[in-house]
Amino acid sequence: MLEVQGLNAWYDESHVLHGLDFEVREGEVVTLLGRNGAGKSTTLKSIMGLVPRREGSIKFRGEELVNARPDIVGRRGIGFCPENRGIFAGLSVTENLLLPPIVAPGGMTIDEIHTLFPNLKERARSPGTKLSGGEQQMLAIARILRTGAKLLLLDEPTEGLAPVIVQQIGLMIAEIKRRGFTVLLVEQNFRFASKLADRHYVIELGQVVDMIPNHELGARMGELQKRLGV
Amino acid sequence: MVMIFGKPLPLLFGQLLLGIINGSFYAMLSMGLAIIFGLLNIINFAHGAMFMVGAFVAWGLFTYLGIGFWAALVCAPIIVGVFGLLLERAFIRRIYKLDILYGLLLTFGMAQVLQGLATNYFGSSGVSYNAPNALSGVLKLGFMYLPVYRGFVVVAAIIICFVTWFAVEKTRLGALLRAATENPSLVQSFGVNVPRLIALTFGAGVALAALAGVLAAPLYSVNPDMGAQLIDTVFAVVVIGGMGSIGGAILTGFGLGIIEGFTDVFYPQGSAVVVFVVMAIVLLARPAGLFGKVA
Ligand SMILES: Nc1ncnc2c1ncn2[C@@H]1O[C@H](COP(=O)(O)OP(=O)(O)O)[C@@H](O)[C@H]1O
Ligand SMILES: [Mg+2]
Repeated sequence: MLEVQGLNAWYDESHVLHGLDFEVREGEVVTLLGRNGAGKSTTLKSIMGLVPRREGSIKFRGEELVNARPDIVGRRGIGFCPENRGIFAGLSVTENLLLPPIVAPGGMTIDEIHTLFPNLKERARSPGTKLSGGEQQMLAIARILRTGAKLLLLDEPTEGLAPVIVQQIGLMIAEIKRRGFTVLLVEQNFRFASKLADRHYVIELGQVVDMIPNHELGARMGELQKRLGV
Repeated sequence: MVMIFGKPLPLLFGQLLLGIINGSFYAMLSMGLAIIFGLLNIINFAHGAMFMVGAFVAWGLFTYLGIGFWAALVCAPIIVGVFGLLLERAFIRRIYKLDILYGLLLTFGMAQVLQGLATNYFGSSGVSYNAPNALSGVLKLGFMYLPVYRGFVVVAAIIICFVTWFAVEKTRLGALLRAATENPSLVQSFGVNVPRLIALTFGAGVALAALAGVLAAPLYSVNPDMGAQLIDTVFAVVVIGGMGSIGGAILTGFGLGIIEGFTDVFYPQGSAVVVFVVMAIVLLARPAGLFGKVA
């Protein structure tokens, strides 16, 4: 579904991604693991067209997107949930939820979303940023579920959240997968990732250094922990 | 005769009306400035010039094409709005990545060019434009005489302000605009053509200035400086209300018009500076403005 080859990305003068290669197949949950500053967020931003300069190849359903503007990438059916969650303070919960335009048929309906996230219904009218961190994270994911985007890029959805909430987010992502969405997940918490993902890519200094199928994760835990510095 | 604080009542009502009329223009102009500043991060120094161009376009439509006031209320803002859109595409979009000062200089230059061209073609004394017959005459209200056109301007301004506020705060398009003001790249990644949204917003803000210009044409002489005279006060209004707040711009616009009107009765020497005194006080007490959010 998504094939990234030889991806390079720059912020002004600093060269951050150095020829990344990976792929995500339809229906998979794939994670990008790596230390802080390894280039995981930059990888997601590069796919969306949100870095100043990039080179290489980003093919989505066979279409080359490496030179596409962010709105074109969004229109093709890739939904993005950024690291800081990107909830708009000037918009109510419902306005935040309804903001992304529908880009393809087959997204979840508002009723389905409200069933999955009852809090978002209860707090529909409050400003988006008045929600708790966990609720904001759910809102940030929920709003890309209704657009019809089939590939979701989630940047550290569990960052800074309490263990109970992390568990809820985990259930949510499992449900999303069950409904046929494809997910590219950036995580530092690989215990969390191991419960959801099919495969893991390990990123170091802007390059993919390893790919681990989830069933091998247990056996390679020690090696991985050393790599991630945990 | 009824007196309040030693002043005759009809005089006070007269000044109140004058204050509300001026406030109407402050509100309409500062709203457009606030919208443009919010999304483009450009302090549009050409806003007063667009107001002036709106008035001249109304005059030109009538003088050369026989198109009257009511049609001009629709046509002039569209013409000036499209002109603004072209300016945004041709010039302003090139400086979004630069410091805010460049936008200020660029739009200041545009204002100078437009005013210079208008002076060149029409002379500095300007031209006159009449209110439509349906709005001529005076209403006798008992406590004062109300020229019908002035009453019309106040009602029109209130409607324009409400519609604009509603469009920005309560509609889906307004939500896109507010979201793009906060985080344009994220909104764009959702599939929204943000550069186009920005251009349309600039066009709409400028059209709003032109609409105010058409309303002003029968009240004031239509001259090249009519916008420049108003715009200093309008900038003070935006600063007092808080950059980027539509409701704040409206309330502050009307409020300051009224304060200015009454100052003229009780302390005429102060009427020209009262707005700036208020601005200084507000900035000391609340640097982000009365309705602004502290960044
Ligand atoms: N906006 C930016 N401008 C310049 N450098 C950046 C920017 N964002 C990230 N970087 C740098 O790029 C590198 C990769 O960052 P990032 O992709 O955020 O890492 P990760 O998400 O893996 O923690 C880091 O060295 C970081 O300092
Ligand atoms: Mg990151």
